[in-house]
Amino acid sequence: MLAWTIYLSFAGALACLLTPRANPRATRAVALGTALAGLLCGLMGAVQFKPENGLEVITNVRWIPALGIDFSLAADGISVTLVLLTGIAALAGVLFSWNVEHRTNEFFAFFFALIGGVYGVFLSLDLFLLFVFYEIAIVPKYFLIAIWGSTRRDYAAMKLALYSFIGSGMVLIGMLAAYAVSGLASFDLQALAQHSFAPEFQRWAFPLVFVGFAILAGMWPFHTWAPTGHSAAPTAASMLLAGVVMKLGAYGCLRVAMTLFPEGLKMWQTELAALAVTGIVYGALVALVQKDFKFVIGYSSVSHMGFVLLGLATLNLVGWSGAVLQMFSHGIIAGLLFGVVGRMVYDRAHTRELDALEGMGLLKAMPFAAVTFVIAGFASMGMPGFSGFIAELQVLIGAWQAFPKLAIIAGVGIMVGVVYTLKTTAKVFFPDKTAEAELHHDHGRELDPISVQERLGAALLILCTLVIGLHPRLLLDLIVPSFQSPLFDGLRKVAGL
Amino acid sequence: MNSADYLTLFTALAPEVIVVLTALLVLAADLLGMQDTPRSYRMSIAAGLTTVGCAGAAGWMFLNPTVGNWHGGMFVIDPLNEVVKAIILLLTVFTAMLSVEAKFTRHCGEYFALLLLATVGMMVLASTEDLLMIFASLELVSLSLYILVAFDKSSRASAEAAMKYFLFGGMSAAFLLFGFSLLYGLTGTTNVSRMAHKVFTLGPDPLATVALVMIVIGFGFKIAAVPFHLWAPDAYQGAPLPCAAFIASGSKVASFFVFAKVILLGFDQLGWGDGSSAASGWIPLLSIVAALSMVLGNLAAIRQTSVRRLLAYSAIAHAGYMLIGFLALGGEAFASLLFYVTTYALTTVGAFGVLGVVEAQVGGDQLKDFAGLSRRAPVLAACLMIFLLSLAGIPPLAGFFGKFYLFAAALTNESQSLPFLWLVTLGIAMSCVSLYYYLQVLKQVFVVEADEDARPLSVPFLVHAVVVLLAAATVLLGCMPDWLLYTLQLAIGELGW
Repeated sequence: MLAWTIYLSFAGALACLLTPRANPRATRAVALGTALAGLLCGLMGAVQFKPENGLEVITNVRWIPALGIDFSLAADGISVTLVLLTGIAALAGVLFSWNVEHRTNEFFAFFFALIGGVYGVFLSLDLFLLFVFYEIAIVPKYFLIAIWGSTRRDYAAMKLALYSFIGSGMVLIGMLAAYAVSGLASFDLQALAQHSFAPEFQRWAFPLVFVGFAILAGMWPFHTWAPTGHSAAPTAASMLLAGVVMKLGAYGCLRVAMTLFPEGLKMWQTELAALAVTGIVYGALVALVQKDFKFVIGYSSVSHMGFVLLGLATLNLVGWSGAVLQMFSHGIIAGLLFGVVGRMVYDRAHTRELDALEGMGLLKAMPFAAVTFVIAGFASMGMPGFSGFIAELQVLIGAWQAFPKLAIIAGVGIMVGVVYTLKTTAKVFFPDKTAEAELHHDHGRELDPISVQERLGAALLILCTLVIGLHPRLLLDLIVPSFQSPLFDGLRKVAGL
Repeated sequence: MNSADYLTLFTALAPEVIVVLTALLVLAADLLGMQDTPRSYRMSIAAGLTTVGCAGAAGWMFLNPTVGNWHGGMFVIDPLNEVVKAIILLLTVFTAMLSVEAKFTRHCGEYFALLLLATVGMMVLASTEDLLMIFASLELVSLSLYILVAFDKSSRASAEAAMKYFLFGGMSAAFLLFGFSLLYGLTGTTNVSRMAHKVFTLGPDPLATVALVMIVIGFGFKIAAVPFHLWAPDAYQGAPLPCAAFIASGSKVASFFVFAKVILLGFDQLGWGDGSSAASGWIPLLSIVAALSMVLGNLAAIRQTSVRRLLAYSAIAHAGYMLIGFLALGGEAFASLLFYVTTYALTTVGAFGVLGVVEAQVGGDQLKDFAGLSRRAPVLAACLMIFLLSLAGIPPLAGFFGKFYLFAAALTNESQSLPFLWLVTLGIAMSCVSLYYYLQVLKQVFVVEADEDARPLSVPFLVHAVVVLLAAATVLLGCMPDWLLYTLQLAIGELGW
């Protein structure tokens, strides 16, 4: 069932491309259908999935026997969680890009090509296949930003494409070296994970592969593609970039770098955690001083993804499951934030400058956007009751066991997160009375009302973050048993679990 | 089977004979019967005859699979060179089809006859293991190509390109002949495999090293590797388009195959030198040439505004990648190299096909001439995307698997100590650079809008068919590389390398 998410998305991409250019309504219908079908497949797969089985193989066909490459798809709780996230983000993305009128068919074709690649990465069990899907996702990202983007889109699109490609190049080197050194003549992740690579090899191969993936996860200091890319991208693409694509990187770190080279993780654990914490604090501090609304969210993504990387580096179960939960949680929340900023505010106000927005009286003009942003802001700053809280808490608990000092610094990062979120919310939606009185008459009533699709999309995302926040076991029961599968044997051994 | 009667030899040579007869037939038909008919008609007839002739030759090889070795390696038929010859014939057919719409010449018969003679040269080149025959057939190829490059008599660029190509080619032939003569003096034989044996038993000999360097220089010109690449950009730019495509494809396949044969068979023991020092072997030498080609080709391509020159520099870069294949040694080297060069040739012919339409109808090959191509010729634009992304090495296209296999083969050779990791790393890094300039072209095609008055291009049916076919092949060979790979490995397996 889960595998159909991949096939349906690629088929949907093709179908969108073939709808007539002059008929965006048809394209939208196809797109909505594809996104819904994908989400439905994901949900059904999740319901049928039995977490206690560990890794469930879905498909396993010989593909290129000469090199020991199989077309093998498999899912464990982590994949299922992320597949669900992708489905939700795709659906919300379609709803939030209902107003794309320019080359609509191509837009959704690239959109679903990207989604298909993402589903593929999350479900691949063969390293080669995973890499193929990982790279398939690069090209649509470029065109989504370069064609439908805004500020400095050429620059941002190329930067994102090159960063992704360089990252995947590093992964490719590590992967080929592992293939050659292991002598297994196989790219099967399970086989490779059970092979114990020499510590000397892991010492350089681990950071190569980990950083290669982590570039896409927005790891400091390789994060600079993220703010520029997120801001230049059209709303749906920002939602996907922050919501799903950054998770591809984190997932690769966990699924490939860590399972293949567990000893390497142990050797570089502190350095990675330090980088992650730097990202948390740095992202938050930089978000504090941004003048562009989308840049605030962009840097906040860097900060929140720092928690994922910190959780991965903890080498304990609480930290790991917290990291996966944070991937899900941030995917939803970042999607929501970008939806408000990109679609609701920017598409109507045509500016993202905080100073300019301050004078527009947006609270009166679009109360729905204001309420949504306040909710999203609460979720983002880690208010209990939302998914962000439980995820970041878990990561912090895990980090506390591994490196207490860094955990404290990360906690400071959360504080700064509260400050920039509140500051931005206040500035955009609740400005000083004087400024509002002067200007809201000019702008207030010209803005289009919030559409049904936007309301639906926002409601979907809010619902997800609330449900997981109130009942995290829904996902944790999927995620935690995954770490018992043979894939994580080496990792568990190194962690002493 | 060292000598044979004339009839056996004639039967063995039947495919080549068919092509020669076709060449004469084309020439005669055009000169004797069709001087008064319109040019497009003559072109179609000549191209049709060419296609039939090539198909006949390929069909003969398919229906009469022979294996044999005549006159001590003068003429050899084995499964591998049959595959190579089939590929060359296929490329000739595609080139002929792209030539039908060409307007650069009134001498249709001569043009196609020369094309076919070059093909014969390449076929013989592929099926000989004798230095003299290699030289003679290489000259047949070169002389035909010199004339073809100069075929656009109204264009100064064409004449200049031909002059440069001729001078460089002559020089390279001199080097090659000098190298061959030294080898003959040293070993007393012109047969490649017997020569290998002699070189090995002779022990350390500086003359062997000198001969090796001469041969690398000679072939270095043919495959346009740095520092022997200077003719390529000018020849690519000045030559009539189908000729440039043929130089980039057919000539490349044949040259690489015979180069690999001479180096890997003739000097197989000398990889790491003759024992006196590693530097006297061909592995360090080719590593450096490969590294230089990749770096210079890719970096120079960034600066190009002419797409033909861009493709020329990218060809130089790709020659560098292909040289990495040599390092895999033995059968793997042939398999990975031939897979790469075949897919490269098919992709390049496709890219030239699109380029030809743009040149003919927009009037130039500058980057800006491609602006808005996605609107003006959507199918061609989509195909161009496939070709360029394949050249950049994005999965699931053929170029990606070619690179992957090449790198994997180079790394898995020589136990597990990864001696060529630096070269593979450089290759992957340079692929990242190449994505930049390929995306520059695609940006023009998909992102930049055409002028207001730009009308849809009318694409000739034949060109459309060829381009779509090649794009489909690029996708198929990427998704199912096993198909070609299996054929190659089977053929190589029968040779027992």
